[in-house]
Amino acid sequence: MTTTATTAHQSPPAAETRSGGVGLRLGGLRRTFGTTTALDGLDLDIAPGELVALLGPSGCGKTTALRIIAGFETADAGELLMGGEDVTATPANRRDIGMVFQSYSLFPNMTAAENVAYGLRVRKAPKAERAERAAELLELVGLPGRDKHYPHQLSGGQQQRVALARALAIRPRVLLLDEPLSALDAKVRLQLREEIRRLQLELGITTVFVTHDQEEALSMADRVAVMKDGRLEQCAPPSELYERPATPFVAEFVGTMNRLPGVMGDERTVEVLGQRLPVHGDCPDAGHAVEVLLRPESLRVSAGEGGKPGAAVTADGAGPGEAATVRVATFLGGTTRLHLTTASGAEAKADLPSWEAGSLTPGSRCTLTPHDHPVLVEETA
Amino acid sequence: MAGLTVTPARRARPARRKRSYGSALVLLLAGLYFLVPVAASLWFTVDDPAKGVTLDAYAKGLGDDGMATSLGLSLRLGLATVALGLLLMVPTMVVVTLRLPKLRRVVEVLCMVPLIVPPVALVAGVSTVLSWQQDLADTPLWGTFQVLVNKNFPLVLVLVYTVMSLPFLYRSLDAGLRAVDLATLVEASRSLGASRLATLWRVVVPNLRPALVSGAVLSLAMVLGEYTVATVLGFEPFSVWMVHVGEYEAQLSVAAAMLSLLITWGLLLLLTNLAGGRARKGRKTTA
Ligand SMILES: Nc1ncnc2c1ncn2[C@@H]1O[C@H](COP(=O)(O)OP(=O)(O)O)[C@@H](O)[C@H]1O
Ligand SMILES: [Mg+2]
Repeated sequence: MTTTATTAHQSPPAAETRSGGVGLRLGGLRRTFGTTTALDGLDLDIAPGELVALLGPSGCGKTTALRIIAGFETADAGELLMGGEDVTATPANRRDIGMVFQSYSLFPNMTAAENVAYGLRVRKAPKAERAERAAELLELVGLPGRDKHYPHQLSGGQQQRVALARALAIRPRVLLLDEPLSALDAKVRLQLREEIRRLQLELGITTVFVTHDQEEALSMADRVAVMKDGRLEQCAPPSELYERPATPFVAEFVGTMNRLPGVMGDERTVEVLGQRLPVHGDCPDAGHAVEVLLRPESLRVSAGEGGKPGAAVTADGAGPGEAATVRVATFLGGTTRLHLTTASGAEAKADLPSWEAGSLTPGSRCTLTPHDHPVLVEETA
Repeated sequence: MAGLTVTPARRARPARRKRSYGSALVLLLAGLYFLVPVAASLWFTVDDPAKGVTLDAYAKGLGDDGMATSLGLSLRLGLATVALGLLLMVPTMVVVTLRLPKLRRVVEVLCMVPLIVPPVALVAGVSTVLSWQQDLADTPLWGTFQVLVNKNFPLVLVLVYTVMSLPFLYRSLDAGLRAVDLATLVEASRSLGASRLATLWRVVVPNLRPALVSGAVLSLAMVLGEYTVATVLGFEPFSVWMVHVGEYEAQLSVAAAMLSLLITWGLLLLLTNLAGGRARKGRKTTA
């Protein structure tokens, strides 16, 4: 998984296309639809020029949050500041926000260039200026020469590029993208997300990017805001989110996670898989039964029988590990993911380099040992 | 390999020819069904036992004041009906689609009612209301009634025809609204800075154009052919005039019918062309 996020502005922005960005502040946003609570006190601060990804399972309120920022939906409570100014009561058409929608949203009756120029036309910009800017933006999104095409003559990816150009044409203060890539096929999606990020950095525009795809969020965003049930669970740079998740929900939602039974030891350690490991952050008292959250890449798998459950652990924490059986081996290219069952009956996933996994076929016996500290421990309910 | 692909094609050919014979036959029968009465009428209008083939009936029709007046009235009534109907239905349907989807069923039922109520029943109610005029002679409402029943342009017919055109307008607009993701288009337009009115004019109407035109065509055709309401209320648009004339001059009446057929077709053609152009080009969006 890619966890690299580019935080610095790389290339010097072209002066005339740079729209800059303003800070955005969501304070205690609340919204209910009948009996459903879509937003339950959402707080989020976004710095000027930052790209924040809103990540969360379907139905957690991402779209609602975005629609409140855009002005299509009103919050029942809470405040929305844009560049320090309260815009709660500002109608959608006066917010200077560029929006790219999940579904194809180009005006079917207009060409690509007319779509891009639409925002300028309603702003009564002179015709020559509109045409010039439309051409410039279509070039920017990699579609020069498609200006006379109608939406139905463009592929899905091209339509979303035009939609992006249209949103950027008005030099918006904030750019909102609601799962803009979810309708596209994998290859186009990958390409387009890199381009969106490149453009966003080039223009330095404050951007909120909604997605349910963690890989998309981690690879594009300066910070990722993980949402659950209408609330913010954690907002942090991708690497921090992955390595130091604040809650078990974040730990399990971002990346793949194992939950293994363990027992708390003395001095902030936990015994799991026949090893004693240090615990960072909060942890229950010694002697408590816990669930230990460990990443698949933190487990070492070696062929051959290892320790038995409950085998002695030496003073330095090193132990014999735990015997396990391979159930499924999934080849993923460079790495292979093994699904294992330990001798004590727990299920675990482990990633190891494919060249090491050759002998670990389904049914073969092996030894499982953790070689990194757990991400989190949670007291067994 | 080649043989494999050729064989089914060769085998398919007779089947396809059989099917095309079948459809040709259907087409022929349907064509006869429409063309025979038209041809017979045409023959009736140009055949004169004394002079042979002559266009006298048409010359007479075109020269007739009654025809020009009644046809003009019908067209004006039709256009006013279409304008009023669209003015009423477009904003209603757009608002219902975007804001009050729960009311969709209610609006549908309301708009379908005129299909169920026979025009005779409808006009009976209207006549009753119009008969109150005598009792209102001293009130300002009397003037209103005078405008409603003005022989030159009976507004009451426009009102009744608008009600009668609701089913056509509803059906067309409903289909048009389902064909586009109007909510998203409107939001896109709003976020780009357009006011509600600009959005309606630049985004909603152009994308509903095919629906608007088909609704307008159907309503117009209905008004041009409507007889019951007009005759009961004592007005003389084209259809009523045609019947009157037919009572003493059959040939002229049928010639007028042929002319009205031509005029209606011309109007349909014109409106369909209006619907074409960019609206047609941009209608389908690849999913
Ligand atoms: N217009 C609406 N009417 C009723 N319920 C809604 C509406 N919009 C959203 N919801 C509900 O609010 C919750 C959050 O929705 P949404 O913000 O679309 O989630 P997400 O985009 O994260 O999938 C869902 O349970 C959804 O059913
Ligand atoms: Mg959503």
